Amino acid sequence: MYDKPEGLFSSISGLFHRTSRVVEALKGVDLTVEKGEFVALLGPNGAGKTTFLKLLSGIITPTRGEARVLGAVPWQRTDDFRRRFALVMGQRNQLWWDLPAAESFRLHKEIYRLEPARFERTRDELVDLLGVRKLLLQPVRDLSLGERMKLELVAALLHEPEVLFLDEPTIGLDVVAQHSLHRFLAKVQAERQMTVVLTTHYMKDVAALCKRVVVITHGSILYDGSLEQIVDRFTSHKIVTLDLDGPPAEERLKRLGFPYEIRGPQVILRIDRTRIADVLPEILRGESVRDVSVEDVPLEEIVAELFRSEAGQAPAGSQR
Amino acid sequence: MMASLPPSDLQASAREPGLLQAGIDSWRIWWTMLVICLEERLVYRGDFILGTLMRFLPIVTQVFLWTAVFGATSRGDIAGYSRNDIVAYYLLTMVTRAFSSMPGLAGGIARSVRDGSVKKYLVQPVDYIGYLLAARIAHKLVYYAVATLPFAAVFFFCRAYFPPLPDASTLAAFGLSLVLSFFLGFFLEATLGMLGFWFLEVSSIVFAYMLVQYLLSGHMFPLDMLAGIPSGIPGVSLASLVHWLPFEYTAYLPAAVWLGKIKGADLVWSLVIEAGWVVVMAVACRIAWRRGTRRYSAFGG
Repeated sequence: MYDKPEGLFSSISGLFHRTSRVVEALKGVDLTVEKGEFVALLGPNGAGKTTFLKLLSGIITPTRGEARVLGAVPWQRTDDFRRRFALVMGQRNQLWWDLPAAESFRLHKEIYRLEPARFERTRDELVDLLGVRKLLLQPVRDLSLGERMKLELVAALLHEPEVLFLDEPTIGLDVVAQHSLHRFLAKVQAERQMTVVLTTHYMKDVAALCKRVVVITHGSILYDGSLEQIVDRFTSHKIVTLDLDGPPAEERLKRLGFPYEIRGPQVILRIDRTRIADVLPEILRGESVRDVSVEDVPLEEIVAELFRSEAGQAPAGSQR
Repeated sequence: MMASLPPSDLQASAREPGLLQAGIDSWRIWWTMLVICLEERLVYRGDFILGTLMRFLPIVTQVFLWTAVFGATSRGDIAGYSRNDIVAYYLLTMVTRAFSSMPGLAGGIARSVRDGSVKKYLVQPVDYIGYLLAARIAHKLVYYAVATLPFAAVFFFCRAYFPPLPDASTLAAFGLSLVLSFFLGFFLEATLGMLGFWFLEVSSIVFAYMLVQYLLSGHMFPLDMLAGIPSGIPGVSLASLVHWLPFEYTAYLPAAVWLGKIKGADLVWSLVIEAGWVVVMAVACRIAWRRGTRRYSAFGG
């Protein structure tokens, strides 16, 4: 098979996506993902995330540009390639609607030519990890969205894909279900050294799972790097929240020279990161402070800011 | 930049696909699909019972119509069909249609293209047409299981209209033409459904097809009645033109075979043409799928 050394995805560039008029869905996307990476693909709606995943899973063919996944050109759709990856779309089900999931799993066993013993071991492992054993024999249509998503993931992982594409897997799920999916994905990914590319709108997914973040807007890459670095690079300040005993002394707050906001007994300050250490003692001295917290700007806020900025006006150094 | 990709355990354990093994594997996949489709269809078996009985309603009108026609003429037969033959013919086309009609097939394919559920078959190493065929066979098997009883009852009550049971070779030819009519109907409608890759909605195309099909398949009247009618091509009657089209093999042929209207070399020749159409439509269906998915993947979805 593919025994020559190759990048998982190498050099995807200048991709076009054609409808009745030519829409450049993806243009300057140049991305290499190494084996075992867990990458989040972020971007506003219509940025080209799903198009990108469709390209990588061979559902669509670009007018220009190239891509290699596991050494194969995805849109040639060879069976060898298709046996080695999986795609899970949060808004689409692969399981048979009227039948218990166990039946869909059985079909997967045949489609992916899995050894019976190995199939059973993998299935049991995944099912127990998600605690969904008792759901296996219920028709899928009777399950809740969260339960269904868990079984979708089991189905997708039965053939032990080397590469997994997840398109908004947590969409519409409650917090508990999201958490259990996070735990599950993190564990399976780490154990199998699986390469995962995930699109999502929930920063909790990203924070829980992905070390690397790629931000796409208008079909090109705006940022590619670690999650921590997003915070470093795109924010210059931290958020300091004070819980006060009495009413805040606005005069003093103004004198500090940082933007602030008063919410009841709380004062929220945005303070330059480099000056936190100097300023904090001063703040604490003057007020009757019951509690204080220093936090990074929430990821949602940073990313929203990133989404708003045009590709051309990206902060220096963010383009790879 | 470049990572070397160690062969995974999966690959190491995957069966080496020799030609024979590949054949066995795809048979196993197909068989599992068939079994699972069967289970799925059984969820809806209730639909069938009512549907089956409803199917016999139009035939009652036909019987009345032809009774009136025969009442108005002193002739004992029309185009070689006595009044009894006509009733038997209609009942037999019901059997044929139970094999060759594919309710919801074309529309279902077009819908799966439109709503994107066809993607599953692009991503997974599985053949969509093979899946559709398995699903349809399952559909038919469940249908026959449910419909045999009402069919048998109707035929029992109408036994007086039928000529004596044909000989074994005629019965065999009848059976073969029925099986071929299933495949012909399947590939015809599946190909129509594949047009969904080019047109968002195929229901009007399917409707037009149904109309032509109804007229030219012999579903409406025995096609022998077209024998004397000129087709516009000099020296060729409408009946012999229709003989070269695929439609009559989805209703007329099996019924005519049972009634002994087609015999000997004509019969063999008809079966050859029918088989030829099955091959042509199977290839057309495959080509439409190839082109369609290429188009789909180029235009997104």
